[in-house]
Amino acid sequence: SVSPQAAWCELQSRVLLVLTSQRGIQMYDPDGSTMVYWHALDIPEHPAAHSVFARGIAGAGGHFICVGTSSGAVLVFDVPPKGTNVMLSEVLDQHHYAITDIAAEQGHAPEGSGDLVTADDSGTLCMWSSGDEFTLLGMIPGAGCTCSSVVLWQGLVAAGYGDGQIRVLEAGTGVLRAQVSAHARWIYALDLAPLTGKV
Amino acid sequence: RVDEWTDVDRKRVMNDIISTMFNKKFMEELFKPQELYSKKALRTVYDRLAHASIMRLNQASMDKLYDLMTMAFKYQVLLCPRPRDILLVTFNHLDAIKDFIHDSPGILNQVDETFRQLIETYNPLSDGEFQLIRQTLLIFFQDMHIRVSIFLKDKVQNSNGRFVLPISGPVPWGTEVPGLIRMFNRKGVEVKRTEFITAGNYITPQREGSFELYGDRVLKLGTNMYSVSRPVETHMSGSSKNLASSAKENIVPNPLAKEELNFLARLLGGLEVQKPGGSETGFRLNLFMTDEEEEHAAQTRPEELSYKVINIEATQVRG
Repeated sequence: SVSPQAAWCELQSRVLLVLTSQRGIQMYDPDGSTMVYWHALDIPEHPAAHSVFARGIAGAGGHFICVGTSSGAVLVFDVPPKGTNVMLSEVLDQHHYAITDIAAEQGHAPEGSGDLVTADDSGTLCMWSSGDEFTLLGMIPGAGCTCSSVVLWQGLVAAGYGDGQIRVLEAGTGVLRAQVSAHARWIYALDLAPLTGKV
Repeated sequence: RVDEWTDVDRKRVMNDIISTMFNKKFMEELFKPQELYSKKALRTVYDRLAHASIMRLNQASMDKLYDLMTMAFKYQVLLCPRPRDILLVTFNHLDAIKDFIHDSPGILNQVDETFRQLIETYNPLSDGEFQLIRQTLLIFFQDMHIRVSIFLKDKVQNSNGRFVLPISGPVPWGTEVPGLIRMFNRKGVEVKRTEFITAGNYITPQREGSFELYGDRVLKLGTNMYSVSRPVETHMSGSSKNLASSAKENIVPNPLAKEELNFLARLLGGLEVQKPGGSETGFRLNLFMTDEEEEHAAQTRPEELSYKVINIEATQVRG
């Protein structure tokens, strides 16, 4: 079973705590007192050969919360400035493998760069521009290794892979700018310092 | 007494246990997509398998054997260089098992059949899916830190029960030795290379292990720990740090308990238990030096480490 994830999503007018697990997605007020929203994942009638779970959380575009799923679909939730009227606004269907991580732009994106990147088990990365309808800006196919974690800053994507590599790519064009043989084992997580761009 | 066993007895027990484990119905149940069993369920299945022949174990020896098995398994899963290597470890297990019964063609066939099913089911999975499997297994073994003599002697386990993660040797297949940074310009042309020092002492692996029915697995994890014979002991003290939470786990009733018991009944229905009958006396395996030591171990086993075994009278379902 996938470990539950928890992430703070800093939106324009509020902050929500988002939790994912095998059962679904929960959103809480920052003090944890109220569950603002609960989205149950579709459990197949007969136990499938593959687990069902939600994984990868990011807040984007001021009022959207994006959550990845094991089917490869990315759920986009539109969050009101107050109250519990959260709506599932869109389902992004570009990935064919389980989503591993989602990251929103944490600096200032250059023109045409997009503000969201999604990654999956096959190592494929998708770049998006958020809005009432999300636009797919580009897709970088995987090279046979899982992309386990991803961060986005000033239009640059840093991606960590199961083979211990870190790759830095231009979000707008998909061009590889740096490649690091960083680790001897699977990279579990990347983190970004948004003021300095250090990973 | 173990020293009264003959080679015929040993062979009998080996054959019985292996043919029970690789029983077609049992394997059919195992290969159905399902959640990981609870600790109680696993221990129950293990008990049943250990008693599939004329060999018997008392509670204390059974506990000790189980401790050994779980810690060895945890070690192998934890130390797999890449997630996919847990399959190579499994293949090492099967290769060793096939060697134990190499002159019993019927049982060998059963094992090969399972081998083929493993290849068919698991070879196509992605690295991400293997990592998920590995993490699920590791969660099961979290908080188990029983010290095993053979691991302590080989310095693969510390005195606090934690395993040593090596930072030298070959990197996993498909991984590069850490230390290189390559920079590219906007046209994707490499313009600079920098190297950095790491604490480890890694080398490039020579070749990948085989995922076929026959082949060199390359990986040593999962090969017979006892191919060099030495004494094996397990140490209880200082094992579980989370006493409160494990006690709580036993009190809260599991809503899936009924489902699990049904599952266990189906699973164990495929495991025939042999009862020593007539003039056959059966043999008792004692993992301690004396009967007194075994008795003492049973009485002094810490509460939080007691395995609560479910007793099931599973009847075979005609079908």
